[in-house]
Amino acid sequence: MMRHLISAADLTRDDAVLILDTAEEMARVADRPIKKLPALRGRTICNLFFEDSTRTRISFEAAEKRLSADVINFAAKGSSVSKGESLKDTAQTLEAMGVDAVVIRHGASGAPYRLATSGWIDAPVINAGDGTHQHPTQALLDAFTMRRRLVGRDAGIGKGLDGKRVTIVGDVLHSRVARSNVDLLHTLGAEVTLVAPPTLVPVGVESWPCEVSYDLDSTLTKSDAVMMLRVQRERMNAAFFPTEREYSRRYGLDGDRMAKMPDHAIVMHPGPMVRGMEITAEVADSERCTVIEQVANGVHTRMAVLYLLLGGNEPAVTHTRTEGN
Amino acid sequence: MSKILIRGAKVLGGEPQDVLIDGAVIAEVGGGLSAEGVDEVVEADGKILLPGLVDLHTHLREPGREDSETVLTGTRAAASGGYTSVFAMANTFPVADTAGVVEQVYRLGKESGYCDVQPIGAVTVGLEGQKLAELGAMHESAAGVTVFSDDGKCVHDAVIMRRALEYVKAFGGVVAQHAQEPRLTEGAQMNEGTVSAELGLGGWPAVAEESIIARDVLLAEHVGSRVHICHLSTAGSVEIVRWAKSRGIDVTAEVTPHHLLLTDELVRSYNPVYKVNPPLRTEKDVMALREALADGTIDIVATDHAPHPHEDKDCEWAAAAMGMVGLETALSVVQQTMVETGLLDWAGVADRMSVKPAEIGRAQGHGRPVSAGEPANLVLVDADYRGAVDPAGFASRSRNTPYEGRELPGRVTHTWLRGKATLADGKLA
Ligand SMILES: [Zn+2]
Repeated sequence: MMRHLISAADLTRDDAVLILDTAEEMARVADRPIKKLPALRGRTICNLFFEDSTRTRISFEAAEKRLSADVINFAAKGSSVSKGESLKDTAQTLEAMGVDAVVIRHGASGAPYRLATSGWIDAPVINAGDGTHQHPTQALLDAFTMRRRLVGRDAGIGKGLDGKRVTIVGDVLHSRVARSNVDLLHTLGAEVTLVAPPTLVPVGVESWPCEVSYDLDSTLTKSDAVMMLRVQRERMNAAFFPTEREYSRRYGLDGDRMAKMPDHAIVMHPGPMVRGMEITAEVADSERCTVIEQVANGVHTRMAVLYLLLGGNEPAVTHTRTEGN
Repeated sequence: MSKILIRGAKVLGGEPQDVLIDGAVIAEVGGGLSAEGVDEVVEADGKILLPGLVDLHTHLREPGREDSETVLTGTRAAASGGYTSVFAMANTFPVADTAGVVEQVYRLGKESGYCDVQPIGAVTVGLEGQKLAELGAMHESAAGVTVFSDDGKCVHDAVIMRRALEYVKAFGGVVAQHAQEPRLTEGAQMNEGTVSAELGLGGWPAVAEESIIARDVLLAEHVGSRVHICHLSTAGSVEIVRWAKSRGIDVTAEVTPHHLLLTDELVRSYNPVYKVNPPLRTEKDVMALREALADGTIDIVATDHAPHPHEDKDCEWAAAAMGMVGLETALSVVQQTMVETGLLDWAGVADRMSVKPAEIGRAQGHGRPVSAGEPANLVLVDADYRGAVDPAGFASRSRNTPYEGRELPGRVTHTWLRGKATLADGKLA
């Protein structure tokens, strides 16, 4: 395993599969009456959040606590980008306190990479979302969710997502989730199609390992998973699309569109869902929609990442591991 | 008044000759000049002798950001890099938009003694793009401003730009445009393309530069004025300037050393040392810029020397200041990208880094031929030198160079300003 987790693009297939397999072991812990492992006892992890994200922070915190780590939450809301000194200062403070890992969320793309490579701090750095760049643990939990649903909980062990077709729909331009998913899903052997109005597709997307389509309907029939991205309403004012209604008509997922998907296909969303424009209540509440599972899987996956980056090479839960590698 | 004999110097890279400096002027150029009555002999030993370099685009930061650079430290950096004249950009605090501020900068330059400092005046009050600054008063001031620029910001209003171009015709001035369409570059952090898409950094599209250049050359044609385009960075910009020149439009253009060498691939490091405006572009752009400088479509090299203190760069990319220092490495980068690639000879370097910038900026006594009777503004270059760049040795107050540890060819050993050495054996006088 690598020392830091900054980008989903940095994961090899073996790394990614190992994380997903480890997450399956962690999921079994969640089924026990006492949902706690001693693996990171005595280790201190700091959740360094320069940008609000209660969901992601709570997910990491739950993962850390289930591994018996000591947790420091540090919220440095909005202080950084204007002056630029606080990231370095904060890093050095944490270093002085002897933290064993830093989970960082930052509004500026590249901030976790800077933190990991600038010599400001020695501890492993885990990117919990940076600007419009990457959100690798989100991609891992999405892949985990897909593998469970499309391959099978036990059948998936040791496997990737070879041949699965995943469609990612919405504001790709501003989405770190889309970037991370394209990288990871490609590594795991899936075929990814991005669907968005041309204004929300980044210039330079040609180099990404995926297809791009402007037409949602034509992609639905051949999708094993459709991942809806959050579209922020303020994008409308910046002329990315004419009206909410037009967006919804062309790129929203409603019951009729869902009916075009193969029977086994699932609907995903990184949350929080805003029902209406990008996804209707009918779809959001359907059996096929994995939003709640994604939340639960987020904890398992983050436990796996923390364990592998900090805990070392031993299997986390020895008795559940079937193979002997 | 002292006499200096420079012995065995390749003038503009030609056959070795001797050059006799008498006081502030060149007294004689030829073979086997006598050392009799000479105060000092400098053995050039095959080094290259060029007219002192002229930088049409320098940020000296004084007044207002003396923690980054002062006129004194900036001109010391200039002398170290072989420059005898620099044009100081107007985006200081306060902005150089009145006769008072430009005269202050001019006076500080005189006092420094390392380099002639010609202040550039702002085009609009406070660089705000709304209202013309007192262009005429700045021209008539002791500073005698000839170049006007809102650099750092684009004069984006077409009417203001038109009026500025028209107005400076009265006294032979030139407007130097930082071509950046502001709406197309909101939130821009780097070149828009495959690397920005991957890194999730806001894109600064080539068309934001090209569309302003296209507009401005047409405005210059319409009003019959001359326009200078700062720091071209894209292949498309080159095409537009080439077209404008072929049409007879009075346009000149500059390129920075870093745009001749570095590409946006380097931004993958998220190291803000590579954060600059306009941003580093692609390999294709770099090659087009080199070709254009070679064939004269781009007239000059200008450094866009932009000093920033360490803390403004030692942070995350988005928070970092834009710009890099350039005075002390410019000639080495040009040697590597233009001379060693066979695109320019040393006479061509002298033309692009001294003669033409002096002409565009009307810098009196600079960019002159290395011949008898001319002012002794000269630079001696050891082109055979090879070594890694060590910013610890910079004379600039700031160290934000992208070349730290990189091996670049050549180094300036001597600089003379009107016969007085400002740099001798690599040491500032
Ligand atoms: Zn500029």
